[in-house]
Amino acid sequence: MCLGIPGKITEMRDDLGLAVGTVDFGGVRREVCLAYVADEVGVGDYVVVHVGFAISKVDEEEARRTFQVLREMSELDELEWLADVADAAEGVP
Amino acid sequence: MRYLSEYRDPQMARALVDRILDSATRRWTLMEVCGGQTHTIVKQGINEVLSDAVEMIHGPGCPVCVTPLEQIDRALHLASRPDVIFTSFGDMLRVPGSECDLLQVKARGGSVRIVYSPLDAVEIARANPDREVVFFAVGFETTAPANAMAVWRARELGLRNFSVLVSHVTVPPAMVAILEDPACRVQGFLAAGHVCTVMGWEEYEPLSERYAVPIVVTGFEPLDILEGIWMTVKQLEEGRHEVENQYVRSVRRGGNRRAQELVAEVFRTVDRGWRGIGSIPHSGLGLSEAFAEFDAERRFDLDSIRAEEPEICRAGDVLRGQIKPFDCPAFGSACTPERPLGAPMVSAEGACAAYYNFGRLHMGQGVGS
Repeated sequence: MCLGIPGKITEMRDDLGLAVGTVDFGGVRREVCLAYVADEVGVGDYVVVHVGFAISKVDEEEARRTFQVLREMSELDELEWLADVADAAEGVP
Repeated sequence: MRYLSEYRDPQMARALVDRILDSATRRWTLMEVCGGQTHTIVKQGINEVLSDAVEMIHGPGCPVCVTPLEQIDRALHLASRPDVIFTSFGDMLRVPGSECDLLQVKARGGSVRIVYSPLDAVEIARANPDREVVFFAVGFETTAPANAMAVWRARELGLRNFSVLVSHVTVPPAMVAILEDPACRVQGFLAAGHVCTVMGWEEYEPLSERYAVPIVVTGFEPLDILEGIWMTVKQLEEGRHEVENQYVRSVRRGGNRRAQELVAEVFRTVDRGWRGIGSIPHSGLGLSEAFAEFDAERRFDLDSIRAEEPEICRAGDVLRGQIKPFDCPAFGSACTPERPLGAPMVSAEGACAAYYNFGRLHMGQGVGS
């Protein structure tokens, strides 16, 4: 029920005093109310949308930074695994 | 899809699983509050791969599941009236009332319409000035800004034929009720990422302090949930209890202030009944006096509609995390998604439906095992 889907704003306009816009969700476009994020977003920004309302602007900088930490963690695991395999092949305990 | 599919990377998930299993020196008991997280956890088998490190208790964060039978019966009553167009999110249509559900009322000729956004219900009211349009305003804090905007908009547009049947609930009082229960086994919480997107996490800080529990604001994709669990386990292993934020791409400490402002204007805090749990003080939202004219409970006489919950259904124990769905005698036999007795079997986010749909039927993951 509290599902929120990230999408990209492709258009912004005013509907009788209400900030609305079109948001693209991987090819599917929907009309979304932007009133709660209107002062911080523009066309091209990503927003999290819940029941037709943008509830936050995706912080792309934070997303990149934390994702990088996760990626490095999994790459580190892969390196350790490769080292283990190499050690085993050379007969090193 | 950007900011979605990359959080499902299997290799990164494996790395997080390994870290959680490596860092836990004992088995910790955690609760994910939100039903959307329950769905991901059970679907992806996260509770099973981590079962040596954590037991996941599924919390009451499914608004469909906790809407009281009485409110469902009131919705059914309104939807059956010939002068009413009843509008609702699709999830509510199959929730069993005392005698039937909204889908059956629709099949018998009742005017029941599914809406994607509460503003769609306002549009229906504008297009049908000779009919009463009622919207079933359910949800947690995530949905409150959308529902508040619908009511505010209806007033702006001068609509006199629009009203809302409100069954709004809020998360922190439910967490207090769980923590105050003498049988509570929860040692750490994953807080609901979208609830906190709206509300921020300031109100969780006194809870974490008073009950000495870690609370980690967590997102909904598999990597989000694994990272949230990892952060919670780290706190427990290090003897810390703080509020931390895993879902940084969407949640700020203060939440969405504009959304909070409109919610505070349109709604007020009220005591609310939770299906299977009972009344929790200050745990819900009702319309404020300024917007009382849009209250369906005032516009239509609904006070006489009272209901008792069926005894065989142990949804309340499931929602409080006291039992796992398969511990209920009705699970999978008298109660299935096709013929549900309780709401947790209806909603995709209900713990019972998640266990049923993803075949988590074996007993090895039971409470206390």
